[in-house]
Amino acid sequence: MNWTLALPELVLSVCGLAILVAGVIPKKDMTFPCTMAVLGAFVVTGVLIITQAEGTAFGGQYVADDFSAFMKLLSLAAAALGLLLALDWNEKEGLSRFEFPVLVLFATVGMMAMISANDLMSLYLGLELLSLPLYVLAAFDRDNPRSAEAGLKYFVLGALASGMLLYGASLVYGFAGTTNFDRLADALSAEAGISAGVIVGIVFVIAALAFKIAAVPFHMWTPDVYEGSPTPVTAFFASAPKVATIALLVRILSGPFGDVIAQWQQVVVLTAILSMVLGAFAAIGQKNVKRLMAYSSIGHVGFILMGLAVGGETGLRGVLVYMAIYIAMNIGAFAVLVAMRRNGRAVEGVDDLAGLGRTDPAMALAMAIFMFSMAGIPPLAGFFAKIYVLLPAIEQGFWAMAVIGVLSSVVSAYYYLRIVKVMYFDAPVTGFDVRPAGVSFVLAGTGLFTLFFFLFPAMLLDAAKHAVAAIIG
Amino acid sequence: MNAAGFPILSLLTFLPLLGAAIIMMVRGDEAVVASNARWTALWTSLITFILSLVLWAQFDKSSADYQFVENLSWLPDFGIGYIMGVDGISVLFVLLSTLLTPLCILASWHSIQTRVREYMIAFLILETMMVGMFCALDFILFYIFFEAVLIPMFLIIGIWGGPRRVYASYKFFLYTLLGSVLMLLAIIALWYQAGTMSISELSEFDIPFNMQVWLFLAFFASFAVKVPMWPVHTWLPDAHVEAPTAGSVILAGVLLKMGAYGFLRFSLPLLPEASAYFAPFIYVLSIVAVIYTSLVALAQQDMKKLIAYSSVAHMGIVTLGIFTFNQQGIEGALFTMLSHGVVSGALFLCVGVVYDRMHTREIARYGGVAKVMPAYAMVFMLFTMASVALPGTAGFPGEFLVILGAWAVNPWVAFGAATGMVLGAAYMLTLYRGVAFGKITKDEIRKLLDMEPREYAVFAPLVVLALWMGIYPQSFLSFFSATVAQMVQQHQAAIGTASRMAGL
Repeated sequence: MNWTLALPELVLSVCGLAILVAGVIPKKDMTFPCTMAVLGAFVVTGVLIITQAEGTAFGGQYVADDFSAFMKLLSLAAAALGLLLALDWNEKEGLSRFEFPVLVLFATVGMMAMISANDLMSLYLGLELLSLPLYVLAAFDRDNPRSAEAGLKYFVLGALASGMLLYGASLVYGFAGTTNFDRLADALSAEAGISAGVIVGIVFVIAALAFKIAAVPFHMWTPDVYEGSPTPVTAFFASAPKVATIALLVRILSGPFGDVIAQWQQVVVLTAILSMVLGAFAAIGQKNVKRLMAYSSIGHVGFILMGLAVGGETGLRGVLVYMAIYIAMNIGAFAVLVAMRRNGRAVEGVDDLAGLGRTDPAMALAMAIFMFSMAGIPPLAGFFAKIYVLLPAIEQGFWAMAVIGVLSSVVSAYYYLRIVKVMYFDAPVTGFDVRPAGVSFVLAGTGLFTLFFFLFPAMLLDAAKHAVAAIIG
Repeated sequence: MNAAGFPILSLLTFLPLLGAAIIMMVRGDEAVVASNARWTALWTSLITFILSLVLWAQFDKSSADYQFVENLSWLPDFGIGYIMGVDGISVLFVLLSTLLTPLCILASWHSIQTRVREYMIAFLILETMMVGMFCALDFILFYIFFEAVLIPMFLIIGIWGGPRRVYASYKFFLYTLLGSVLMLLAIIALWYQAGTMSISELSEFDIPFNMQVWLFLAFFASFAVKVPMWPVHTWLPDAHVEAPTAGSVILAGVLLKMGAYGFLRFSLPLLPEASAYFAPFIYVLSIVAVIYTSLVALAQQDMKKLIAYSSVAHMGIVTLGIFTFNQQGIEGALFTMLSHGVVSGALFLCVGVVYDRMHTREIARYGGVAKVMPAYAMVFMLFTMASVALPGTAGFPGEFLVILGAWAVNPWVAFGAATGMVLGAAYMLTLYRGVAFGKITKDEIRKLLDMEPREYAVFAPLVVLALWMGIYPQSFLSFFSATVAQMVQQHQAAIGTASRMAGL
């Protein structure tokens, strides 16, 4: 029994408990020290992940490899950036409570558990550990009815998804006789054929995970929850949990269910196509930036699923590269939304961005970079993300999906351009309040990454290649 | 190593970005920033132009190969490299881009008064993308430059444009993007087949006819919009009318050439059989473009719109020339592209000169300008004649060669192209008469001042070029005749093999 393998998770959980105690005992406001402590814990965990050995632990329930390291680092980075954005926001909104960083921390532990899950049971444990803090975070602005509604909505639908996952998992267990991924792989690769029960089970599991990443047709909750939650929470929702869930989908579909690809591939292809199309068309009419970003994220998930549907080494590498670039663009764009605050009040209409090119040129430039990048215009990072998904799709002959994908990216370019248009072409309204330092930091980091990715793409590509080799190999 | 002894193409491509970075760092009040931005942009683009003259001097005209080649590994996993180089087809377009940029910056010296810093940055970035696009010898690299042009141009039209700028900039962006993404898929498909993105390696790769047809259609979607060919030309008049003068000059002078360049660089050499298969289709579209848009131009009230439609007609001649697949036709097309870059750019500048004074582009508001602005009238006359393709001006050799080439294919095609020349004379002379001649009936015209020294400086190089290209075209034709000869020969060889195969 090799429990030291799970050291990053263990350390992070213990840190979480310690920070919780440290937050409760003193009488004064501990939000800032707690946030810093959580960021410190993330850094320590990151270092532990890098130095982690490979192997399985806890009776095959837990696996650590290059793939889990890549995805864990990505979700840690996303969580840390999201936390930075929340610091100033919570203070201005009167939400400064030390529980916030602690909840983010426990959600992150959940994500790491999901990424390392090697069994349907540990998968479920991780997913619930992720989801419960998220429900609370969505309703964190508890006196605001929209936030409470978002929390409730997310909870009800999330609970439904959990139920579906459990049902699917028990079907798989009932028909295949095991919940362990490695033994499932053996059971399902048998020549004897695969029973209908397992297929139904797999579809249920995929559907439950599709809920979490907001893929069509399980996306209904996304715009409302994104709109209602506090903006930094939305930034967190739109990034870190997607990394963990995509990681899980990749592992589960290429590992235990890899041999029954014929059974699930069409499901994923259909979901990908629907997500891309809906993400492109539904965002056109949105007036609220957060709703717009919700639909935009649905579209991006469609592209990520395209890579997953194609599978294979290049396809999965496309997924990882897209994921990493999407996180950077998305957190950057949300940093701008977090900074949208006029006379002390947060605003979130597209029109509120009017004339940003004059009132805050640096932030407008960053936002324009993110928007052009999301539209997939070279030489920005988003173009490379798309091309690394399209390459394998065409290689494997998924022409329809590729054509629909690029056409929907043209449609979505329309609303990304609208934001650029509002910022640069329209007459300025009063400027925003002074940009908080945390936002500037996140903007600079993600903006430079998005702009200059083309200069050194090899770093990310190599990391993704090794990560994929770990699960395909 | 290349003939210049240093990576000149990369230097030409990225030097403007350095200027943009310097402008970005300028601090101070608005007037100081504006003035610094103007001078920095002008000097950067002038230095780039002077450096680009090295290409003119050092280019080996007898060789059809790529010259000044630079090759760096970039995304080795996918066989994508940073490969730059020029041959006879592209070298003069690099020079055209580097020449027009300083002129544009000079032309917007006074007419752009708001957000000068951002304007100059956008223009320098645009120059980087244009030069890079003509130098790129890797298909993905080409695509990156080809698409990235959209960002600065979108902003130039949208921020500094006329009243309908938002509509025009959207239309420009989305039209072009729609065509380009289909090309991207075709590029990826090609990469999957050939395993390389290097243009010189790709041209030795044999693509099955069936696939050639699909690839051709995808390339066509992108290039035809960019050219623009009838019936996907409708973005052009809008973009031209709304763009600021310098934006129109770059649009007409360089951006329109990107489509035709794409046909020459990719469609013809990579997809010879499909090109031959679709040639009649292109002839029809080109002739419709020539005749129809000439007639439309005849009915325009707006000077810029008229010149915009005349651009579509001229580009019809170009696509016609390219798809004749013979030496005269392709050389004529290339020459027309160059002369159109100079002449239509100059015509937009001519419009800009009077627009800066009168703030209207309506032909009816003018009349008798020649009496108060004699020097301007001379310049305008020269470029009008060049646009009509009067012998001795830049427009003539190219169109003549295209008609010769077309005659060899089918006299009726040549007849269609020649009709365009007649109609071209009709609308250009209408324009010139309406603006320059007639009695002065309006007081505002009487008060007009003739050109100032800055404007002379803008027009001087263009006047020299328009006459030089007309009187001694050989100094330009000699750059690309070797490359075109090789291209025609390879094309015939490819078609020959294909028909022999079909015969078996």
